[in-house]
Amino acid sequence: MKGGRFWAWVVFILGAAYFFIPLIATVEFSMRMRRGAYSFDAYQIVLGDARFQATFLYSVVAAIFTIILGVLIVVPAAYWIRLRLPQIRPIVEFITLLPLVIPAIVIVFGYIRMYGSNSPLPFLASDMGTNALLVVGYATLALPYMYRAVDTGLRTIDVRTLTEAAQILGAGWGTIITRVILPNVLIAVLSGAFLTFAIVIGEFTMASLLNRPAFGPYLQNIGANRAYEPAALAIIAFVITWGCMSLIQILSRFAPRSSNRPN
Amino acid sequence: MTDLSLSDQAIAGKTAPSGEARALRLPTQWLGVAPFFIFAIMFLILPTLYLMLGAFQNDAGEFTLENIAALAQPSIVAAYWISIKVSLASALIGAFAGLAIAIAIVRGGLPDWIRSATLTFSGVASNFAGVPLAFAFLATLGRLGLATVILNTVFGLNIYAHGFNILSFWGLTLTYIYFQIPLMVVIIVPAIDGLKKEWGEAAATLGATTAQYWRMVVIPVIWPSFLGTVILLFANAFGAIATAYALTGSSLNIVPILLYAQIRGDVLHNAHLGYAIAFGMIVITGLANVFYIWFRTRSERWLK
Repeated sequence: MKGGRFWAWVVFILGAAYFFIPLIATVEFSMRMRRGAYSFDAYQIVLGDARFQATFLYSVVAAIFTIILGVLIVVPAAYWIRLRLPQIRPIVEFITLLPLVIPAIVIVFGYIRMYGSNSPLPFLASDMGTNALLVVGYATLALPYMYRAVDTGLRTIDVRTLTEAAQILGAGWGTIITRVILPNVLIAVLSGAFLTFAIVIGEFTMASLLNRPAFGPYLQNIGANRAYEPAALAIIAFVITWGCMSLIQILSRFAPRSSNRPN
Repeated sequence: MTDLSLSDQAIAGKTAPSGEARALRLPTQWLGVAPFFIFAIMFLILPTLYLMLGAFQNDAGEFTLENIAALAQPSIVAAYWISIKVSLASALIGAFAGLAIAIAIVRGGLPDWIRSATLTFSGVASNFAGVPLAFAFLATLGRLGLATVILNTVFGLNIYAHGFNILSFWGLTLTYIYFQIPLMVVIIVPAIDGLKKEWGEAAATLGATTAQYWRMVVIPVIWPSFLGTVILLFANAFGAIATAYALTGSSLNIVPILLYAQIRGDVLHNAHLGYAIAFGMIVITGLANVFYIWFRTRSERWLK
């Protein structure tokens, strides 16, 4: 097995090189703005740019609404399927996989044609409507991840016993979902939420085609017009993705492992 | 768990009542999943169907195959061809490299922290796509990128003089691999974990060499999930646009960029041709996913 370990190290080091060289190069490039000396000028310019702040804020708000919409759609459905309708699980799982099959650009193309100003549901006629449509589009992109996260969370709790106990105590469906089921799958929901955030924050295709002042189109615009700022933005985006993934990892430590735990 | 799902089924059977009660209870039964289905139909299924039907209609709304036939013009065929090449190359390279890394960290006898660090990093890198990824590769392999400069000054190798260009097929493929490899690692590590220790011991007891064990046990067991993941990576790259657009602008004519230009400004001067391009994309990723599901059901036979 000695030879095996040698090759394992070779593969690992080659892989690490491929993944770290671009990161190092990007950091280095982002600091080259001042001639002859490394500096954080590019970061200062980017972070001080009013458009950066506005578009970033826009995307954060869009991400928050996407998460809320995703939770409202997915949690009741996943709960109800576990409780009462296990027979439709394959259909729902198939639908949640569709956003991985249909490219985002095709989905948003469909929106533009179906919900234009002259259609029965003119989402695109107003700014707020277009914003809503962007959130809706993001929710479809996040659907596969949100559904899987929530479904995994529900698997670890005894949905039936919790529901029956709540019903015996006189709870209605709204109370059961918001005060019994949701807190129990909160960690799973949060994992899905951070993943959604990571996907949505720099999303380009949908925001650009719907003409929204989001972070993704801003990034693209800076990339087309500036030299050093894009590298700084890439590092900022990497740190955001890293942060989301770390939070998911930290959360997973608090997640219950099985439904048989005594507490 | 088995107990729970059994009682699920038992209750589900019981709550499908006979006679008059059925008509009254059915709506409440579906109320919990109604938002999900309304959402999916309105914002996922209908818009897609709308485009797919539009691909078979002319401006007057009559049925026609002209739009599909018009896909055969050289510029569109070229776009599909280069998209398929980039997706396939990045999926295959990403898959083999990812598999090698996965085997190295699971079976290679490396320290434990490497395994967990690699998995964490893979989770991050597989989601680090889009515009920022393009920036990172421009800073690395662009004309003034660190790797380009170091290769030139230290090793005397001017990659641009040798025909390399980040704004090309290989540039794009090399960039896509950055999210393809980690995705492969994330998906295939559980499959390799699923290889039971007993199989290795059984093979050794029967006198198999390491090579025979790999050839006759490991590869056949991993093969379906490997192929399935290759197809998933292919579809993943095929629909991606942001990275390519930020990297190459519109100089590399891949299908999503062509469709993007068509949606923005009707560059093909035929709205229904745009639908046909979208239809073609759905057909390709749809076919890929049919194969993916087929391979996955095969792999699940062994890996529980």
